[in-house]
Amino acid sequence: MLIFPLKPQQASTFSVAWDHLFYFLTAITVFFSALIFAAIFIFAIKYRRRSKDEIPRQIEGNLKLELIWTIIPALLCVVMFVWASRLFIENSIPPAASTEVFVVAKQWMWKVQHPEGPREINDLHVPVGVPIKLTMTSEDVIHDFAVPAFRIKRDVVPGMYSTEWFEATSTGRFHLFCDQYCGMGHSHMVGWIDVMPQDEYARWLTSQMQAEPMAAAGQKLFNQLGCDSCHAQTGPKGPSLRGIVGQTIRMQNGQTRLVDDAFLREAIIDPQPIAGYPNVMPTFQGQVSEDQILQLIAYIKSLGGPPERKGTKP
Amino acid sequence: MSTATVEVPALPEVHYLNVNYGWRSWLFTTDHKRIAWLYLVSITFFFVVGGVAATLMRLNLIEPQGSLVEPATYNKLFTVHGLIMIFFFLAPAVPTVLGNFAIPIVIGARDVAFPKLNLLSWYLFIAGGGVFLYAVISGGVDTGWTFYTPLSTTYVNTNVLSAAMGIFISGFSSILTGLNFAVTIHKMRAPGMTWFRLPLFIWSMYAASLIFILAMPVIAITMVLIMLERIFHVGIFDPALGGDPILFQHLFWFFGHPEVYILILPSMGVISELVAAFSRRRVFGYSFVAFSSVAIAVISFLVWGHHMFVSGQSIYAGLVFSALSFAVAIPSAVKVFNWTATMYQGSVSYDAPMLYALGFIGLFTIGGLTGLFLASMAADIHLHDTYFVIAHFHYIMVGGAVMGYLGGLHYWWPKMTGRLYPETWARLSALIIFVGFNLTFGPQFILGYLGMPRRYAVYPPEFQALNVLSSAGASILAVGYVIPLIYMIWSLRYGPIAGPNPWGAKGLEWETSSPPPTHNFHETPIVTEEAYAYGARQEAHVA
Repeated sequence: MLIFPLKPQQASTFSVAWDHLFYFLTAITVFFSALIFAAIFIFAIKYRRRSKDEIPRQIEGNLKLELIWTIIPALLCVVMFVWASRLFIENSIPPAASTEVFVVAKQWMWKVQHPEGPREINDLHVPVGVPIKLTMTSEDVIHDFAVPAFRIKRDVVPGMYSTEWFEATSTGRFHLFCDQYCGMGHSHMVGWIDVMPQDEYARWLTSQMQAEPMAAAGQKLFNQLGCDSCHAQTGPKGPSLRGIVGQTIRMQNGQTRLVDDAFLREAIIDPQPIAGYPNVMPTFQGQVSEDQILQLIAYIKSLGGPPERKGTKP
Repeated sequence: MSTATVEVPALPEVHYLNVNYGWRSWLFTTDHKRIAWLYLVSITFFFVVGGVAATLMRLNLIEPQGSLVEPATYNKLFTVHGLIMIFFFLAPAVPTVLGNFAIPIVIGARDVAFPKLNLLSWYLFIAGGGVFLYAVISGGVDTGWTFYTPLSTTYVNTNVLSAAMGIFISGFSSILTGLNFAVTIHKMRAPGMTWFRLPLFIWSMYAASLIFILAMPVIAITMVLIMLERIFHVGIFDPALGGDPILFQHLFWFFGHPEVYILILPSMGVISELVAAFSRRRVFGYSFVAFSSVAIAVISFLVWGHHMFVSGQSIYAGLVFSALSFAVAIPSAVKVFNWTATMYQGSVSYDAPMLYALGFIGLFTIGGLTGLFLASMAADIHLHDTYFVIAHFHYIMVGGAVMGYLGGLHYWWPKMTGRLYPETWARLSALIIFVGFNLTFGPQFILGYLGMPRRYAVYPPEFQALNVLSSAGASILAVGYVIPLIYMIWSLRYGPIAGPNPWGAKGLEWETSSPPPTHNFHETPIVTEEAYAYGARQEAHVA
């Protein structure tokens, strides 16, 4: 109990770059705090009141000093801003070759689906050295997927998909925390990221025999819910979904929309009329869970289409 | 403590405290000085309630599995602690106690511009506080002080409505107080008290008043929207009803970030007074310090999105908010440098208010600099919603705002009561508070860096050592807060008579008797010199 760490584990590519920025900010903080503390101590001792009626010489101010201690901090702020913003932007774009994993948060657990089929709760198995892109949503309140060892964190918001990515650099088990207060069981919404060697991960995937790939589960749902009656092939009521992912389509209100995960989710929950088709699609809100929507999307994506655009829009 | 005078000072025969007696003379008073006392008693009560909640939290966190309460109770504790400390202690502390007491005297006025409105503000505050306490006693509320949706509107079963109503009502108290002060500072200044002769406390209070007027309506409206969604299921924030949960965060922080400057700006003003009085020096770079308050007030309305870098806000919005957050750091830094420079070649005494002021400068510096981590978009990713944030804002809110409040209370106490508190005890408690504070919140910076999330009732065992250290520090801090409570009550009866100007300080408040007469001055003062005119004026010194 007496020994405690002073530094979090460093287990992702981003954590290295993040720590450099953190050390820089810490150095600035220590330097200026030391400067102010030293000045206070020296002035307080050197210029202590020596007699009751002492009146010191009055100094009005000094424009040159004011400019110096405005401009130097301002320049340092510019450096911090540029450094931190660049790092943030770089980190917000997952590499094109990322492996996708889907996360659905609910009070108070993390549900994970791998495209190959395995599902996990409060646990995420990933291979080391491979960029992993998480597509996340929530069934109820706002949660937050945070892995301190990877220095990543992103709110998981109901009604939308948020994404984050990481590439683990060492194997092991790392804490997954919910960082956005989500109600009574918030502090129990804790899980693990299991980073495995790549071959071991491949064995783990195949060992999950009971698992059905997400796309296959999605296809079943697609037929079960009757999606196929309008969308199996292009007909009067709706377009075929073959190859639709990644395309830009025109809505009846004149907007154009990119068909991506977020659009497909919206089209299932809250469909808006598409140009050239009648406004007949019903909403499936309440009939499909967030997990099932992700399976439907996985199936629609498996139907082919232009490769997904690099990254996702911010 | 008295300067220049050798004869033993005596209390004036008639002053605002003994002019009449009985509960009516207090509860129906329109004297700004008596209203200040009404607030002092009320917010001290709320400080104790919020402090008890904090104590229970720190006790619970001694053990990883939670040593005292269930998570559901812990969640209520941090919610109540946050809401009480922000809305019912810190926001009113300096403005309604020190501001109410000192502003009219410092500017040479007989009272505030609207004395009856001033009393109404207190009644609204008590009504809001009462409704909020009802929410606490009848089961509590567990949304966190931030009321994030859809948790607060759809999912929790606690007293969200009455808590929101309490905040809604007390918001009007703040709006009216801000309005009253702004008008008072505009219209009630004594002859010759020009804007640039105003003590910097007044500049800070003016800036804070503007924020009160502009930001408090936003939280009131937001609370109404929460109630609408909770009662009538109007889809505003809950996506299941067609609302947008991020919209709530925009509304909340559009109020919330200016709010934190409401908490700190008045204390900054107090520090300017203290550093000048106990260095016997005009505040270095007076106009820079004055305008930095205004700059902070203006920019504070444009930084709210830095609470939302990882919440799903667009990157472009994030960039703008990050840049503006760095911009608001500059005027704060300017203040710190100027306060420090004021001591240079001054005549520095170590009276208790000055110890609080020095503590403020040091702790606010650390709090401000660690704020830069959170204004940096990338650094915020890992630190957001961890104990690093908790430590950062407690350095500002407790290390800054509370130290400023206590410093100002000690500074004006002889004026408010006519009596001195025991100086040795006061210095000792200032020191205990400084040490206890750093032991409590210093370890939390490391906890946050290690990744411990905030608002966790239970936590992984690797975080225990630092949590124990923090809880130990909190017990020292608590002792530091109890001592002044005791000796200040003691001093009301037994304190030595202070005399009109125990500090040898400049300023109109030190030219009238202690305690002052009901109308503050027997003759309207005429101001002929700048603020802090210690000694003969000399030409601006160029180093």
